[in-house]
Amino acid sequence: MSGYSADTRIRWTEWLPWAAAGVFFFVLPEYLSLGARILIFILFALSLDLILGYAGIVTLGHSAFFGLGAYTAGILSARLGINEPFLQLVAAAAMAAALGIVTGAVILRTRALTLLMLTLAITAILLEIANKWTTMTGGADGLSGVQVSPILGLFRFDLYGKTAFVYCLVALFVGWWVVRRIIYSPYGAMLTGIRENRARMHAIGAPVYWRLVLIYTASATLAGIAGALLTQVNQFVGLNVLGLEPSGDILVMLILGGVGRLYGAFVGPVVYLIAQDYLAKQYPEYWYFGIGVLLIFVVLFARGGLLGIVDQLRDQWLSHFKPKSSARASAR
Amino acid sequence: MAFALQTEKLCKSFGALTVADNIDFRLEPGARHALIGPNGAGKTTFVNMLTGAIAPTSGRIFLHDQEITRTSQAARVRLGLGRTFQITTLFRSLPVLDNVALAIAERTGIAKRMWRSASSCRDIVEEGKDLLGVLGLADDAATPAQDLPYGKQRLLEIAVTLGLKPKVLLLDEPAAGVPSHDSGRVLQQLEKLSSDIAVLIIEHDMDLVFRFARRITVLVQGQVLVEGTPEEIAADQRVRDVYLGEAHA
Repeated sequence: MSGYSADTRIRWTEWLPWAAAGVFFFVLPEYLSLGARILIFILFALSLDLILGYAGIVTLGHSAFFGLGAYTAGILSARLGINEPFLQLVAAAAMAAALGIVTGAVILRTRALTLLMLTLAITAILLEIANKWTTMTGGADGLSGVQVSPILGLFRFDLYGKTAFVYCLVALFVGWWVVRRIIYSPYGAMLTGIRENRARMHAIGAPVYWRLVLIYTASATLAGIAGALLTQVNQFVGLNVLGLEPSGDILVMLILGGVGRLYGAFVGPVVYLIAQDYLAKQYPEYWYFGIGVLLIFVVLFARGGLLGIVDQLRDQWLSHFKPKSSARASAR
Repeated sequence: MAFALQTEKLCKSFGALTVADNIDFRLEPGARHALIGPNGAGKTTFVNMLTGAIAPTSGRIFLHDQEITRTSQAARVRLGLGRTFQITTLFRSLPVLDNVALAIAERTGIAKRMWRSASSCRDIVEEGKDLLGVLGLADDAATPAQDLPYGKQRLLEIAVTLGLKPKVLLLDEPAAGVPSHDSGRVLQQLEKLSSDIAVLIIEHDMDLVFRFARRITVLVQGQVLVEGTPEEIAADQRVRDVYLGEAHA
């Protein structure tokens, strides 16, 4: 819970994801490319949580920023020969931020279904541009020949994905730290106010529209960085980073993990992508079926996502040791 | 002299329906003024024009001699015009303290800050707790607003607006839905408001109106029927006919 009543100190449980990533690195070296992919989608999901979970902006177009970032990094390398990884990240962030502020300024004047359709339209337009502008994007064949210089001139992207994994982990850590600062800040508290009651925010004098445009731009920037990371790790960009499908996927991942809880963005992609990896090997034709069952379960029985279940179990466990307060009060 | 709030020939029509008809209204600094009238008299429309929620068809509005007819709702709040809502409008899942802190943070400009933690903003948290103490909500600071009993939600509604330190306070039926034996508690809090604040109250509870207000304006069918002290209003035959007559029948 963010806001003025929150305890903002980092709890020990918040270090668990990073410890898990460290263990993963040493114990499962053959899965590092899947690991890097998971880290990238966690960053993408974090950016979505910032606007969906905290500001309450429902979007089906978040892939627009992810895809633009991915193509920016790809085009810089494959078409312009700029292979410096940080330069690619900065350029991707800048492009995504520019798209975020321009489209945000237009569409955030609308709400609900209109807003949802407009976000979808924007990513659909970008998908069509990427599809048709073959000289730049490679069209349906995708853009191959992406190269990334050694990071800091020292660490080459190796065949086993060790460098890529650590690189993505560092990027995610920075992204997490920034998002965490924002959601515990007065700005983050203000965003939950907009989500909870927009009419009241107007009545206490908040320029709601501008506040939303700013956070939408910040979220777009993070999503653009995540997209660029995906290009760098895969050394390839395809049309599958744009359009409805990746937007829907990231939304499903976030809902699966838990919306507006910060760490839902961690749990969701881990479960989704590992399930996808496993099910796609076992049942190549039906793997979406398993994801579908999981999602139905979460939506029906665990509105707070998988993390919501964890919270409930913890509360039950705690009340087991302190039966006085809650049990007696409800018995009365 | 400067009025806290003033309207000049304020009109609002929805098609052929006129809901505000040349309303000339003046709120003195420090006033305790009530606006009453039968259902459909246009009271809420009038308040919505004052706050900027809807635009008047014609006429002008002044706040401390500054024209605000075309000023945005948020800018009017920053100029010192605060309102409460007839239907409780709170941040329901947020703690009571956060409800007032959000308002205080907007007033002081802290709300724009992204890089420090909200709970470390000591002055906001302290001011919020003081404000809750004044309204008798100190013990509920950590409770989600939706879990408060209804009467306390009405008090919190007022507390959030007081967090803006308004110079003019519009109270839209502050005791709406509060059982009559509890409306005294709301009145008690209203009587403690600083005399620097000019208060305009819209209320159906006549006991509350006549105990709180020092001037009363009666609105009927979008027009000001009469304005005067509570004694004058109570004695006015036209008011009895259109309003008190039916209410006290």
